[in-house]
Amino acid sequence: MNPTYARRRRKDIIVRWLCVGAAGFGVTWLALILLTLLFNGVKGLNLEVFTQNTPPPGANEGGLLNAITGSIIMTAIGVGVGAPLGLFAGTYLAEYGRNDRLTSVIRFINDILLSAPSIIIGLFVYGIVVVPMRSFSALAGSLALAVIVIPVVLRTTEDMLSLVPNPLREAASALGLPRSLVIRRIAYRAARSGLITGMLLATARVAGETAPLLFTALSDQFFSLNLTKTMANLPVTINNFVQSPYVYWKQLAWTGALIITFAVLALNIGARILGAERTAK
Amino acid sequence: MNDVTAAASVPPSRSPLPMATHAASYMEPPAKVTAHGLNFYYNDHHALKNINLTLGTNRVTAFIGPSGCGKSTLLRTFNRMYDLYPGQRATGQLMLDQTNILDPKLDLNLLRARVGMVFQKPTPFPMTIYENIAFGIRLYEKISRSEMDGRVEKALRSGALWNEVKDKLNASGLSLSGGQQQRLCIARTVAVRPEVILFDEPCSALDPISTAKIEELIQELAENYTIAIVTHNMQQAARVSDKTAFMYLGELIEFDDTNKIFTAPNDRRTQDYITGRFG
Repeated sequence: MNPTYARRRRKDIIVRWLCVGAAGFGVTWLALILLTLLFNGVKGLNLEVFTQNTPPPGANEGGLLNAITGSIIMTAIGVGVGAPLGLFAGTYLAEYGRNDRLTSVIRFINDILLSAPSIIIGLFVYGIVVVPMRSFSALAGSLALAVIVIPVVLRTTEDMLSLVPNPLREAASALGLPRSLVIRRIAYRAARSGLITGMLLATARVAGETAPLLFTALSDQFFSLNLTKTMANLPVTINNFVQSPYVYWKQLAWTGALIITFAVLALNIGARILGAERTAK
Repeated sequence: MNDVTAAASVPPSRSPLPMATHAASYMEPPAKVTAHGLNFYYNDHHALKNINLTLGTNRVTAFIGPSGCGKSTLLRTFNRMYDLYPGQRATGQLMLDQTNILDPKLDLNLLRARVGMVFQKPTPFPMTIYENIAFGIRLYEKISRSEMDGRVEKALRSGALWNEVKDKLNASGLSLSGGQQQRLCIARTVAVRPEVILFDEPCSALDPISTAKIEELIQELAENYTIAIVTHNMQQAARVSDKTAFMYLGELIEFDDTNKIFTAPNDRRTQDYITGRFG
């Protein structure tokens, strides 16, 4: 065999195994985490978890109903407020403001926001909402989640709209469609699965956020639908329970972690399926 | 005009048309689009230089010339497509019948309803075949479902696509082949009943059979529409058009009957281009 070719082959084999090894190393840890979670979480998984509120210290019964409800409410409001804002801002960047200088400034600031530690966002909302209102509240929690959602949705919206080929916009304009309809009826439609994927991923992202809620919604032991008061939620409850000395609380923390993880997994899989539909067409 | 004698010696360019119509094509038709001293700029780049020409009503006018000569740019002034982009502007006079196309106050959506356009790459909308057609119609008219069914069928028939898609009108427009997609785009353009249709290299992404179908279609459409077509394919220009404009470096070098351009051009550069000496 030609020596140059033999050398290339050897290199190829070495690099390939390095890649396989690196991938295997990463996946192993992920699998270990998931298996530990599954092993410890499933033990506490029963109907009580979904029907009873978090127990007081030392009690040996109770569930996570209030925390699950609170998480769903705040995530829903956070995404409900943040996703449209992100969508509109992303639309501006990709459609109207393509050639504006403002666009690159907004994009830069958004990238900073995207990588800002979520605890900073929690503290920020603490400063502008919790302090003036003199109370922790679910509203403040939702707002902190919304602030995290905005840059994620903005970024995916801009990226997805930029993938819509320009001739498609021109073709729509050539039929006599005004700009707003070109965007709403053609560009959004062409990018639809990508836009929805972005929103699902943003939802998955905030569903597990702890730090921003710690300073805003706080969390408590009670079932509450009042947005102006503290509200129980899964991430903070897990954080509190896991640090406690009570065995039952620790078990609930494992189970709560399992529920969040699988909810996020389900959202990610949903996003994947939508993404696959896009490429299938 | 000595074109009549030329017609005897040169094979007719739009052969599928009956002889009577063909002979009539040698009488100058009324002007549909008229450019007078038209200039176009991409920022500082002077892309079209003092263009004067007329598109005859219900005639096919072909634009040929080497890449970058301004033929697509000229086509995109006819429906103000360039307005989508900042830094692009046109000066001079450009009329569609009595309407000044370059009037800044002109309603562009109404202009584009009158001047349709078909692009180089097929651009079906991400919706069903039926909706691809109905979508444009709904912009301008409110009609009943049954009336709409009729209009969609008629448009697909004039796009020579009906027989291929009549059983799958609810399939995605993107599921069609490239040639079918392009005919869908033509049908969609025709459906809103424009007066002028602009074709910007409509066959350059298609196979020879699809190309032949579209050329045939263009000739049929010329009975009812004024057509302008940009093409890199000189045989195509010769086959489908009544008049041909040769452009070079932003100037209109020669504009005459297609037969004349391809057999006895006046300008040396036209001659060199059509004989393949450059371009």
